[in-house]
Amino acid sequence: MIPLHWYLWLGSIVFCIGIFGFLAKRNIIIMFLSIELMLNGVNISLVALSHYMQDLRGEILVFFIIAVAAAEAAIGLAIVVSLFRNRTSPHVDEIRELKG
Amino acid sequence: MLEFFFGYLSLVIIIFSLLVVLSKNAIHSVLYMLVMFFHVAGIYLLLQAEFLAAVQIIVYAGAILVLFLFAIMLLNLREELSAEQLTDGWPASLAVVAGLLLTLMLSLGGFTTTFNGSWSPEKIKEITFTKALGQALYTGYILPFEVASIILLVAIVGAIVLAKRRLN
Repeated sequence: MIPLHWYLWLGSIVFCIGIFGFLAKRNIIIMFLSIELMLNGVNISLVALSHYMQDLRGEILVFFIIAVAAAEAAIGLAIVVSLFRNRTSPHVDEIRELKG
Repeated sequence: MLEFFFGYLSLVIIIFSLLVVLSKNAIHSVLYMLVMFFHVAGIYLLLQAEFLAAVQIIVYAGAILVLFLFAIMLLNLREELSAEQLTDGWPASLAVVAGLLLTLMLSLGGFTTTFNGSWSPEKIKEITFTKALGQALYTGYILPFEVASIILLVAIVGAIVLAKRRLN
């Protein structure tokens, strides 16, 4: 039997790699990929906890997280496409029209 | 035996997550992500959640990553390969992430749970996971299920409105 905290460690490592990508990368598409990484880290933890607590609620939550992630990816990439129509750089540190 | 599978799956997941974040080419990142999603589906199989493993492959690997590839290929990112990849403040974010990771690793070590719900692994094995999840989803969680469908509808409409060219 694999101990529960191995799964939680794996989930937190993937989550932290996602946070690093989101904070440190300049390319907006890689930032979206990092958000998906973070969601996957959380999903691993939720499924593991759900299995070890012999309850289905965590797995139902993961089902909804996957649905919302699909919606989020569609909206996010539509924003990226409309951003590229006005400017050609994918770098988030060059988008500062609202800075004043 | 299970420990061996877990070790293999987690090793591949961690290595490919790092490659996603560190690779220069966005298309390579998406392909590394594909490998990582398949191995996360393997982790779900280890945890007796075979329906979620199938959904992971169909939705994440099948739909979301294709959307990402489509967006990357639509946009011309050729000059991106030689540009600077990280922001100026990346050491600060590395420090924050290292601190968070250390906190999580230390606090989660040896974590166990004593709570026992009504869905033991034997019971799930008897009626299959898909049936158990479907029963729970269509009885206790019918309202969130309908709300999820509305969210998907809003996302479709929103994506079309955002991405289409303005008509004069």
